[in-house]
Amino acid sequence: MIFAAIAVVCGINLVVQTHPISSALSLVGVMGALAALYLLLGGEFIAAAQLVVYAGAIMVLFVFVIMLLNAGTEHKGHRTWAKYAGVPMLLVFLGIVASLIANRLPASGNVVFGEFTKGSPLVFGRALFTTYLLPFEVTSVLILIAILGAIVLARKEID
Amino acid sequence: MTFFIVSIIKAAVVAFVLLTALAYLQWLERKVLAHIQLRVGPRRVGPHGLLQPLADVIKLITKEDMMPSHVNKVFWFLAPFIAVLFALIPIAVIPFGTELKLPAINLGPVHIPAITTAMQLTDLNIGVLFILGISGLGVYGVALAGWSSNNKYSLLGGLRSSAQMISYELPMALAIAAPLLVLNTLSFRGIVDGQAGFFFGFLPKWTIFQAFPFNIISFILFIIAAFAETNRVPFDLPEAENELVAGFHTEYGSMKFAAFFMAEYCNMVTVSCVATLLFLGGWHPPFPAAYGSSFLPSLVMAGAGVLCFLHAASPARPFDRITLPVVGVAFFALAGIFLIPAVALPLMPIIWFSAKALVILFVYIWVRGTLPRFRYDQLMRFAWTFMFPVAVANLFLTGLVVALA
Repeated sequence: MIFAAIAVVCGINLVVQTHPISSALSLVGVMGALAALYLLLGGEFIAAAQLVVYAGAIMVLFVFVIMLLNAGTEHKGHRTWAKYAGVPMLLVFLGIVASLIANRLPASGNVVFGEFTKGSPLVFGRALFTTYLLPFEVTSVLILIAILGAIVLARKEID
Repeated sequence: MTFFIVSIIKAAVVAFVLLTALAYLQWLERKVLAHIQLRVGPRRVGPHGLLQPLADVIKLITKEDMMPSHVNKVFWFLAPFIAVLFALIPIAVIPFGTELKLPAINLGPVHIPAITTAMQLTDLNIGVLFILGISGLGVYGVALAGWSSNNKYSLLGGLRSSAQMISYELPMALAIAAPLLVLNTLSFRGIVDGQAGFFFGFLPKWTIFQAFPFNIISFILFIIAAFAETNRVPFDLPEAENELVAGFHTEYGSMKFAAFFMAEYCNMVTVSCVATLLFLGGWHPPFPAAYGSSFLPSLVMAGAGVLCFLHAASPARPFDRITLPVVGVAFFALAGIFLIPAVALPLMPIIWFSAKALVILFVYIWVRGTLPRFRYDQLMRFAWTFMFPVAVANLFLTGLVVALA
């Protein structure tokens, strides 16, 4: 519960902060809280992978780009009626999503920490290379396409 | 309850030993560099400069600690904390030895039950991956320090340093993966247990001798990547060239500057310990106990004692005629202690582990005194066009050897 609260607070901080670097670091906080939640639920490999890949590499590159582009503080514009309608609409939306989830999924008790023991790297690797092989390969191709796209877009500038 | 108290005591001991080791690592570096450069190094503060780290710490603590007005206050303040935090955490998963069995002590009102603890703060199932993750998070300290100083030289130094660190994380992870394939476990204790025993009765089953030439390549790749991760020569361009100007720690004074240096030395210690555990067999001796490996530490201590007495015959300073024999007697006493089986048995693994880690740290300092440094573009090209393909090919070939064996 504590880590979920930390994740939510960091997420709200991400949106509320005016400086992009503060937002990026709040996102790192969200990733860290998620990794702690995965660890408590028994998925230790996923927790470590989240830290290594997401918080340790992807977010570092985000932070790099923000630092290099020297993005300054954002200016808050005039908020007219939107600032009074924003939070209530958000709560209504979350309520709809929560009721949909509660209706569709089977009723479950409280989560018992420690009862999921299939999070070890062995089980994970085996599942990834047998049951989920096709999504794995397709995701790799997708990432390759994204990298190629980024290189092509960046190259068009230099003529 | 006992577990809680024992854990707190273990954590306190490890923290104290680590921080002292960091200070004396700096002493060792200054002395070794000095002798490589044919000079002597610090020798005035205490015998052979042994109290120099204490003097440095006192100086750094009592210096004026100011915050420049043009920096981004929150991040400038946070950056050294982040750097030191993520440098000190990985020690928690490094095992220093086998189990320590203390007998029960019953003295009147004091009743301490028999305690059996592993010489490790915690044995995670994913220990290796944990260390990789935390080292990756340590990059934030450097990047934030460079950026928040609001100064173009710091920004460039910080960005170069962090780009170097994340570029070399990839060959390092691939180099670590090869012995993991051979040993088939991610927890450190399992890794060291997989290196127990001896081939042919005398060659230790260290990882560099298993799966023959590929693990040696992994070891070399890991050491090179580790030099780059910790920003040491020959990869210390962000630290040294900019030292002429400033670097990412320009706007930091006194303890915050000390925090960055402490983080760097702590990263060095962590990486040496990981190399020892993964490649050099952890705490297992290099030749079997049947051939007398339990007596080696005593022999070394006795040799050091003899050396002290020889130096006392023609001392460099007049009062060394008195202090050096005292130190010599202390060494002989230590040698005697190591001969007592009850004390030597739990201490022997720690001694072997420390000896191997110290050899790797000595190689770090030796290379610093010997090699010139890479230019930044040469450094990055080396990582991506040489180390990364070699690491991938090495992993592939190690996988072949493991699958065929």
